[in-house]
Amino acid sequence: MAIASAPLDIARIRADFPILARTVHGKPLVYLDNAASAQMPACVIERVARYQREEHANVHRGVHTLSHEATTAYEDARETVRSFLNIPTLRETIFTRGTTEAMNLVAHSFGRTFMQAGDIVLLSAMEHHANIVPWQLLREERGIEIRVIPMDDRGVLDLEAYERLLEGPVKLVGVAHVSNALGTINPVAEMTRMAHARGIPVLVDGAQAVPHLAVDVQALGCDFYAFSGHKLGGPTGSGALYGKASWLEQMRPYMGGGDMIVSVRFEETVFNDLPYRFEAGTPAIAPQIGLAEAIRYLRSVGLDRAAAHEHALLERATELVGALPGVRLIGTAPEKASVLSFVMRGVHPHDVGSLLDEEGIAVRVGHHCAQPVMERFGVPATIRASFAYYNTLEEVEALARGLRGVQEVFGL
Amino acid sequence: MSSQKALYQEVILDHNRKPRNYGKLEEASHHAKGHNPLCGDQITLDVRIDEDRIAAIAFEGEACAICKASASMMTGVVKGKRIDEAEVLVDEFRRMATGQLDPEKETHHLGRLTVFSGIAGLPTRVKCAVLPWHTLHSAVTTGTSVSTEAGPDAL
Repeated sequence: MAIASAPLDIARIRADFPILARTVHGKPLVYLDNAASAQMPACVIERVARYQREEHANVHRGVHTLSHEATTAYEDARETVRSFLNIPTLRETIFTRGTTEAMNLVAHSFGRTFMQAGDIVLLSAMEHHANIVPWQLLREERGIEIRVIPMDDRGVLDLEAYERLLEGPVKLVGVAHVSNALGTINPVAEMTRMAHARGIPVLVDGAQAVPHLAVDVQALGCDFYAFSGHKLGGPTGSGALYGKASWLEQMRPYMGGGDMIVSVRFEETVFNDLPYRFEAGTPAIAPQIGLAEAIRYLRSVGLDRAAAHEHALLERATELVGALPGVRLIGTAPEKASVLSFVMRGVHPHDVGSLLDEEGIAVRVGHHCAQPVMERFGVPATIRASFAYYNTLEEVEALARGLRGVQEVFGL
Repeated sequence: MSSQKALYQEVILDHNRKPRNYGKLEEASHHAKGHNPLCGDQITLDVRIDEDRIAAIAFEGEACAICKASASMMTGVVKGKRIDEAEVLVDEFRRMATGQLDPEKETHHLGRLTVFSGIAGLPTRVKCAVLPWHTLHSAVTTGTSVSTEAGPDAL
């Protein structure tokens, strides 16, 4: 058997994650809230610690040794992110503190440069609040319009409706690569081709995709792609935005401050080149260096093998949880990644999450920062189990047993 | 039994399944909405006040079992009480839920509401139990909406 297709040695992988050894309420931790934030392997923790112990100084400033070493490590991290997403150039690899900052950057800078009253931003019905609210802020200021690509009852976007919606004065399409609330993998390459046929650029929210799919921004063809480091085992406060240079070069900066300038006089300021023009102030140096280490670790595991294992977990969870009495799965698209969202008749999600916690099982309950999705499916909240490659089939079984136990508490 | 399962005892599950005073009041003089954005608990409270007494009260909404049972039992207890008596209960319930009043050791007027005393050991559920009381306080004082995320105070 070729190494690339060998199954994962899950026990060995789990040993790399110190937190997975802990107990919660006296039970072994079963961590199934990976879509909210993934756990961190020891090598990332150590890398961040080593940076702080031995290499820390501010970057892009000063001639002293530490500043030089910190700058080298930070810029090496940029190269790691660039190659991870197959971004054409480092100039197009902008470090942000996560997906939300990246989305706000695009709404702010692209929006204020290119959008006027009456222009449309076209968003999918399954967007995270991070790809809705920044556009509403722009709508208040500029009078732009927000239109929504509908989805069907499985959580699949309606591409015929999308095609018709593209006929309006659309200036940008914003779509999640993978839905955090439903798990749907959206056909972003096809959607980008359709938008580009009309000269419309596309912004992709990759927060839930990057930990589970091999992402190649050039193959997707999109104009902007955002992701967060902490969803794939990096520190919070890390992340990046890919943007095509042809757009970035025209866009007004997002924040002003140090590092994003060449020269400042009270009369006039000359902005720095890409990507620094969009990185005002001292950046999240340690988190981005940690992110690069997380990417190296994920590559050593093998994204394809990780994805295959996660798919097996999702299939088994869908089967076991779907078979429980009174369970309704929310999000049944044929192409899904990592996320199992559902409601149970007779028990509110908050009670489920709280009782599962007592069994050491961590799931997310609530609206998952996607309230329009909850409204579309007519539920106030869902229970969401989300899987990473370090989860096991035994943990999936523990989830199903835990859910059955909750039903028993409620006399169901 | 675990501390949390102990909370989901029959009286609470019964109020969750068959909430009392559930619905709207035709002739409400006061009402308020309560919202816990963390978990999506949302209740509306209608109150009719006659001469400083809570003559009628009803609630409805989407909420977890703890919140719904708390609202159901609250409406049963405060109906017929004077506003100042209800406000004493609001204060005592809040202090019990946040661990500042031990119903075993201190005098109080909570009666069967002490089934919620275990909530003090479950920090993630305190807001669920307190939301109806917070909403009642708001209805009889200002008549406006409240959110448990509005400030650092759990109430």
